[in-house]
Amino acid sequence: MTAATAQRQLPTVMAINEALRQLMREDPNVFLAGEDVALYGSVFGFSRGLLDEFGPERVVDTPISEAALVGLGVGAAATGLRPIIDIMFMDFMGVAMDQLVNQAAKMRYMFGGKARLPLTIHTMAGAGLNLAAQHSQSLEAWFCHVPGLKVVMASGPYEAKGLLIAAVRDESPVIVINHKALLGLAGPVPEEMYEIPLGQAAVVRPGTNFTIIATGRMVHESLAAAEQLREHGIDAEVIDPRSLVPLDTETLVASLRKTHRALVVHEAVRFGGFGAEIAAQLQEAAFDHLDAPIGRVGAPFSPVPFSPALEAHYVPNADRIAGEVLRLLGRAA
Amino acid sequence: MPLSAETLRDLHRRMLRIRLFEEEAGRLSEAGRIPGALHLYVGEEAVAAGVAAHLGPGDQVTSTHRGHGHLVAVGGDFRQMFAELFGRATGYCRGKGGSMHIADMDLGMLGANGIVGGGPPIAVGAAFSNKYRKTQNVTACFFGDGASNEGSFHEAANMAGLYRLPLIFVCENNGFGEFTRQDRHQAIRDIADRAAGYGFPGIVVDGMDAVAVYEAAGEAIARARRGEGPTLLECKTYRFFDHVGVRGMGVVYRSDDEVRAWRERDPITLLERRLAELGILDEAGAAAVREAIQAEVREAVAFAEASPFPDPAALTEDVYAS
Ligand SMILES: Cc1ncc(C[n+]2csc(CCOP(=O)(O)OP(=O)(O)O)c2C)c(N)n1
Ligand SMILES: [Mg+2]
Repeated sequence: MTAATAQRQLPTVMAINEALRQLMREDPNVFLAGEDVALYGSVFGFSRGLLDEFGPERVVDTPISEAALVGLGVGAAATGLRPIIDIMFMDFMGVAMDQLVNQAAKMRYMFGGKARLPLTIHTMAGAGLNLAAQHSQSLEAWFCHVPGLKVVMASGPYEAKGLLIAAVRDESPVIVINHKALLGLAGPVPEEMYEIPLGQAAVVRPGTNFTIIATGRMVHESLAAAEQLREHGIDAEVIDPRSLVPLDTETLVASLRKTHRALVVHEAVRFGGFGAEIAAQLQEAAFDHLDAPIGRVGAPFSPVPFSPALEAHYVPNADRIAGEVLRLLGRAA
Repeated sequence: MPLSAETLRDLHRRMLRIRLFEEEAGRLSEAGRIPGALHLYVGEEAVAAGVAAHLGPGDQVTSTHRGHGHLVAVGGDFRQMFAELFGRATGYCRGKGGSMHIADMDLGMLGANGIVGGGPPIAVGAAFSNKYRKTQNVTACFFGDGASNEGSFHEAANMAGLYRLPLIFVCENNGFGEFTRQDRHQAIRDIADRAAGYGFPGIVVDGMDAVAVYEAAGEAIARARRGEGPTLLECKTYRFFDHVGVRGMGVVYRSDDEVRAWRERDPITLLERRLAELGILDEAGAAAVREAIQAEVREAVAFAEASPFPDPAALTEDVYAS
């Protein structure tokens, strides 16, 4: 949605597809492996047509074996290939944690800088589709806590393409997180290849007297909240970090120096979430500029419930975000 | 020894209960009345029924994402099941679990599972507990052909063999993991072969033949109760519906002819034919059984739809034991 010079509209699922296609055309060492990514084109549809163009050597259906699947990426990356490994739902990362956390993340460091792992792990996070506790999580904070991994989260088609291209071209392991509820969201996407540099936040909506920092789907809820807040005379700036590791603290701090108040929003559980890290960094860097405590909106401290009646209260939305902004300003919502 | 008329009728009833529950759940899902994703068991009924018919109080079952059939087979309550699928407070999991986490701890049904391969390690724990508590109980671990490729299955099988646990691994080999055919996800044909690597017997059985499953499961479970350790029972079967829901996602990964050929071996039709030949249940008798179950289904759906949704305050309840 930023740098929207292109007029062509693509849904996120097709932006991912285009990025994969262009990356594979660009570099014969790039391949895609995952469960049902080849013949079926992924259960989310983002790899449709890739098998036809690149063949089964480069678009690989794997058994349901996430540990070996991530390991396949680690070993292949360490020996000169540039794997894209798809973990269908982020929840399934649990099955592959050793390969991610103890192997991929640490190999280069442990080996004194002698290993190179240009490895991309692509996955789908997020709630809102009544898929319950094991198919709805946002677990980005787990990976942000592990030195050696980079972590990015896309909030729409433009970001999905640009982040994926930057991730695959990066020389280190990068986890690329898309949101399953955003796959149908369309927006302008340039046809040519472009990168969203890892570690570069985007000011999605400029504003003057309040800063909302939001990731993934919460960017859209925050934009809607910003509209609601206009009626209260609040001109909120909305920032999408896009990349959590590395984090563009500078852009966030610059905004806070201007607005003096900030709220961090994510869909993940609030307690121990990445919002806590952002809030801590902001107050360390700009304590003197703060006119209010830095707020955080996230999910309650529970697994994701199945029932639509509960899930609706679980996932943060524009009303809750706007309400929290007003609360921070000492105004009743 | 031929099975008694009572056993055969029991198998038939269990299978039909699964079938009619699932067909209704599928209709409701397609009509948008049930939220989320349903993985239906239609076609595979002989497996759950043939195993569950040997289970009793204190025995356990670990299940899969395709779990309704297992719960119905061990005596799951239609009202609480439909209420759970509808996300209502009166459901088995008070609406928090849904289809993929449906469970009945009182019946020893330790949960459907959203994680492929999530069940086998838990089954090891339950079987360990049965042995530890010196009970005669057994654990039945249902898992798919796709799940047999998860490390968790292999770790669990090894431990079960090592500790000679009272456990039977029941592989529902329906030929596919999602949309990937078995010969594209493993280099073996018979998953039963995997048992040899863990020091216990592996048996292949026709999973469309309820009697065959019943007999093989009976031996394996008796062996487990005698303390002689686990068995892997591989049941060759087929799901008549798509991976998710009834009609699936519109991409062809198997032919109509293939589905038709398997449907000709519908496990319920096969058993009804046998029951008729033996003079145990004629067409009218089968229709009466069917109608009784249908009435129960209708009543349960009405109960579920009339039930309240959970109160938002329930959201953060039961994260921990109080
Ligand atoms: C760890 C994990 N990986 C992948 C999935 C996605 N998934 C759900 S069901 C399924 C196929 C399972 O195949 P199988 O074990 O043969 O069971 P079936 O669906 O055929 O009954 C897959 C890949 C999952 N739920 N969990
Ligand atoms: Mg299967």
